[in-house]
Amino acid sequence: MSIRFFIRKIFRALLTICLIVTFIFVALRLSGDSALLIFGPDADSESLEILREAWGLNKPIWQQYVIYISNVFHGDLGKSYLDGRDAVEVVAERIPKTLSLMWVTAAVTLLIGIPAGIQSALHHNTKRDRVTMTLAVMGLSIPNFFLGVLLILLFSVTWRVLPSAGSDSWKHYIMPVITMATAEAAVFARFTRSAMLEILNQPYIRTAIAKGVPWKKVVREHALPNAAIPIVTIAGFFIGSLIVGGVITENVFAWPGVGRLLVTAVANRDLAVVQVTILLIAVSMVTANLIVDIAYGWLDPRVRDLRSEEL
Amino acid sequence: MTDKLEVELTHSEEKPQENFQIRIHRFFGRYPPIVIIAALWLLFMIFVAVFATLISPYDFTSIDLRTRLQAPVWMEGGDWNHLFGTDDLGRDVLSRLIFSIRMSLLIAFLGTVIGAILGTALGFLAAHFRGWVDDVVMAGIDFQASLPFFIISLTLLAFFGNNLVLFIGLMGIYGWERYARITRGLTLSAITHGYAIAVNTLGATPIRVYLRHILPNISSALIVNMTLNFPGTVILESSLSFLGIGVQPPLTSLGNMLGFGRDYLTTAWWITVFPGVAIFLATLSMSILGDWVRDRLDPTLM
Repeated sequence: MSIRFFIRKIFRALLTICLIVTFIFVALRLSGDSALLIFGPDADSESLEILREAWGLNKPIWQQYVIYISNVFHGDLGKSYLDGRDAVEVVAERIPKTLSLMWVTAAVTLLIGIPAGIQSALHHNTKRDRVTMTLAVMGLSIPNFFLGVLLILLFSVTWRVLPSAGSDSWKHYIMPVITMATAEAAVFARFTRSAMLEILNQPYIRTAIAKGVPWKKVVREHALPNAAIPIVTIAGFFIGSLIVGGVITENVFAWPGVGRLLVTAVANRDLAVVQVTILLIAVSMVTANLIVDIAYGWLDPRVRDLRSEEL
Repeated sequence: MTDKLEVELTHSEEKPQENFQIRIHRFFGRYPPIVIIAALWLLFMIFVAVFATLISPYDFTSIDLRTRLQAPVWMEGGDWNHLFGTDDLGRDVLSRLIFSIRMSLLIAFLGTVIGAILGTALGFLAAHFRGWVDDVVMAGIDFQASLPFFIISLTLLAFFGNNLVLFIGLMGIYGWERYARITRGLTLSAITHGYAIAVNTLGATPIRVYLRHILPNISSALIVNMTLNFPGTVILESSLSFLGIGVQPPLTSLGNMLGFGRDYLTTAWWITVFPGVAIFLATLSMSILGDWVRDRLDPTLM
């Protein structure tokens, strides 16, 4: 693997993060006078001045930008308007809860989605295939907030077997995980199926069958490893949709994670917390995509060569 | 003589019947029943959205506190005045549902059209000018891919406050990058094809080459992307509205209705379930149609 490929990828990732930081800065400054926002329209001019001075809002815009960038790289991202604590701290204490939900969801998604897709492809155009794919389309189409509300209606309101809010025991995980994993597993099932079908049509599979390799071995040793390569590509997309799904699901089930914090911060216009959350999401997604790109180049040299030509 | 005539008669009677059966068979082979049902359902929803003012039994904002949280007609406590019951302010759920469908479909439609035009135009620009224009568009695509659009729109709505124009604009930006990528890629290869070079040599302006000659040739991929984009826009709009950050009262959309109805889940499930089912059926039918269109127009796309 060429060093240039690596450097190019890392450079692109850094560039994207810089773009995102700039995007947040521009959006922040365009959105109006933060001092007015905090104190409201009837604030006296003296206290507004003090606040502007304290936050450097009366400096020229390019100076503000430079200060902002240096602050970001020093990890100083402002304080929450609501309780005056460091925004980084406010966000950081919510991360474990969100991650624990994501791990479980990711595991359930992969355990259901990929085998379902493989089964569908191996039994192409049979009843099993059609039933799986119908379920997948339905899983894709049901919005997760509606699914979550339906689950609460059935399991919490009607049958009273599962708690509808909180995150204290394993029972609290059941409904949020179902809510998030349904659409994800559907995506994986569809994608795995089409990747698998494409591989099964390749000449080397026909060759393997023709020379008498048992079918199970063909699937396990010839088809699956090759089908795994395209599946890796949607990992970046998977993390993105886990984050979005998490934001909605945490709000439906009052899960005390980052997603719920983000929506509360947006509603209260607690901009420091919003920007820390966005940066956190951006950095994790860019890193994930970088890892996927490198892993993909490593798994499939053809792609690596093709991509470095294209860039 | 008579025998012969009879034979001929039965023969000519059988033939059209056979043709008819074959034709039916072929028709359903080409248009599977599920696709027809999905299309009819979408047409029905569009009909409801267009004629909302004529169909809806009440004004969707009219409040009647005497009939708060009344159940749908088939349940105990329901009556024919409010088929789908009423909400916490005594507003007719059916009327609100009709107007919500109108709002959600309108936003999704506008969003899809804006996104398609924007993305296609940027794709053409990138392919035509190459160089730094191409770099800027590609950087934009990278940026878009690095953050889920849901998060971007959440941020922008947080910073700029909410209004309907900004919201529809955001829905339009959603998905532009896929159109741009498809257009750019296909145009780059189309430019080298004989027909584009020929038209170009004949003295056609670049705009004419792109819009009249290349666009029709790449349109199937773009149409497929539009049908796949539409359900995504519906879900994006309703998710944001559900969280209270999208369409604001007194306007109503499907997600907005669901979000507010959530507080009455224990006493009045109908406020949440009807709009939820409406979203589900809309996105489901659109996905079924989208898959079908993709299989017919462009089997190579995933």
